[in-house]
Amino acid sequence: MQEETIQQSLAGRFPALAGQIRLQRSRRVWVEVPLELFHPVLDLCADSLDVNILLTITGLDEGEAFGVIYHMAGPGGIIVNLKIRLPKDGASIRSLTPRFPSAEAYERELKDLLGIEVTGLPEGPRYPLPDKWPDGQYPLRKDWKPDAAGSEEGGTHA
Amino acid sequence: MPDQDSVKIPVGPQHPSLKEPESFLITLRGEKITSASVRMGYNHRGVEKGAEGRTYTQDIYLVERICGICSHAHATCFIQAVEEVAGLEVPRRAVYIRTLMAELERVHSHLLWLGVAGHEIGFDTLLMYSWRDREVVMDLLAEISGNRVNYSMNTLGGVRRDLSRGQLQKILKDVDVLEERTQTYIRLAQEEITLIRRLSDVGVVTHEDAVRLAIVGPTARASGVKRDTRKDDPYLAYGELDFDVVWNEHCDVYGRTLVRVGELMESYKLIRQIVKAMPDGPITVKAPRKVPAGEAISRYEAPRGEDVHYVRGNGTEKPERVKVRAPTLANLQAVSHMLQDGYLADMPIVIAAIDPCFSCTDRSVTLNRLDTGGRDTSDWSALRKLGIEFYRGLGVDFAGLNRQLSNSMRRT
Repeated sequence: MQEETIQQSLAGRFPALAGQIRLQRSRRVWVEVPLELFHPVLDLCADSLDVNILLTITGLDEGEAFGVIYHMAGPGGIIVNLKIRLPKDGASIRSLTPRFPSAEAYERELKDLLGIEVTGLPEGPRYPLPDKWPDGQYPLRKDWKPDAAGSEEGGTHA
Repeated sequence: MPDQDSVKIPVGPQHPSLKEPESFLITLRGEKITSASVRMGYNHRGVEKGAEGRTYTQDIYLVERICGICSHAHATCFIQAVEEVAGLEVPRRAVYIRTLMAELERVHSHLLWLGVAGHEIGFDTLLMYSWRDREVVMDLLAEISGNRVNYSMNTLGGVRRDLSRGQLQKILKDVDVLEERTQTYIRLAQEEITLIRRLSDVGVVTHEDAVRLAIVGPTARASGVKRDTRKDDPYLAYGELDFDVVWNEHCDVYGRTLVRVGELMESYKLIRQIVKAMPDGPITVKAPRKVPAGEAISRYEAPRGEDVHYVRGNGTEKPERVKVRAPTLANLQAVSHMLQDGYLADMPIVIAAIDPCFSCTDRSVTLNRLDTGGRDTSDWSALRKLGIEFYRGLGVDFAGLNRQLSNSMRRT
């Protein structure tokens, strides 16, 4: 089974992942990755396991921390979901755009909607919020309410 | 001294080539585009945030309105994820009805595209014919669901409407008509020399770039990327049905046209199989109002490419998080790439050729003014001022641009 091969490869190379891999159903692998291991695990998936299509990146507000899930697809319809957790204070990730150019839009969403800093993003317009969106307002944070931005000058324009 | 030979031109947010707002900033040297950048977000409606505040059932209708064309695509992609988290087994008849709607939707979407593409290259006869024929499938959709778009067929655990034997027979009859008409379009795409020359070598994306940029759908398949979620990660009834993935290696707008007309034929093949194999039985199972804690990711080959929905439940009747990735977001980066080194006159068809849907892409905050309690009204001069400031922000000064153009005319 493809899912089990992936599970074994990941756990074999990174013993810390042993209890962190969940095979939810056929073709779906979920992995909780310690922050420091994220880039090596991603490289292993993309280089050795052919799981090298970035489908999208989901940002989550989990109260104490942010969760970020990188949904990676590979041959045979497999999706490997790599999840990391970031402390809310000074949450920052390194951009994947040098390797996966399509990450740009998904990373800008993390930045605009959750306020996660992304280092190494190419220059370019923000996405998806308007240019005049007030600073420090991150709509997908659980404590954010729509009226916070609505009363700001310029909130309805641009 | 600025570069006198290059001119920066903003196209959008409101512009003639598309009916949806999106802003392109292009740099021109003569008639050639030397660089292009895209600013999205004008259709951002806060759907993801909105979904967190509504129940799963309400969310089906919200998510369905992400897109006016791929409405069944988004609703089904979402509901698949919810049903996985809830552990619901959908009855086979419901699965087949969902698949049937999916293919009828693809037919209506591809015929719509064909007309838009014809219009963008000045071939309005094609627009008139293909949209006339599209009415056949629109009428079918309306007869089945009561609506031309936003069919609202899905409910948690199944579908809301059953199909009678008479309706199934009508579908077969109408598919024959559609197939015959589509054959005309295929012949046209293969033989009409003006169309072939107008679309060939326009908006080129090589196979390597298509893979590198991770583009999706017919755009990718016309660059030799044989990916189709229906085949790769079978969902609904696709694992039980026989169809081919249509692809080619033209790598241009012409190739994308061939993929779409070819896919129409595959859709007819699928619809006939679905009608023939339509299982008997119930169309829905009882679904709980509360969905347990858990998460799932679902994908779906929408007419424009792959939809990806992530849903996380927290044990209540409302989702903790819904994340949507529409195909246009995956393909937009490729548009800047396609425009580069092309001609300005090709811009409308190049953009149209990915079959963009910005409403989908920007799905994710409507702001009402709470301070004044109403809508903002702007008079003409305020709008004009806003426009001038907006474009200055983009680095474009129309007064300067006019001066620059008149100077260069004086020089020649």
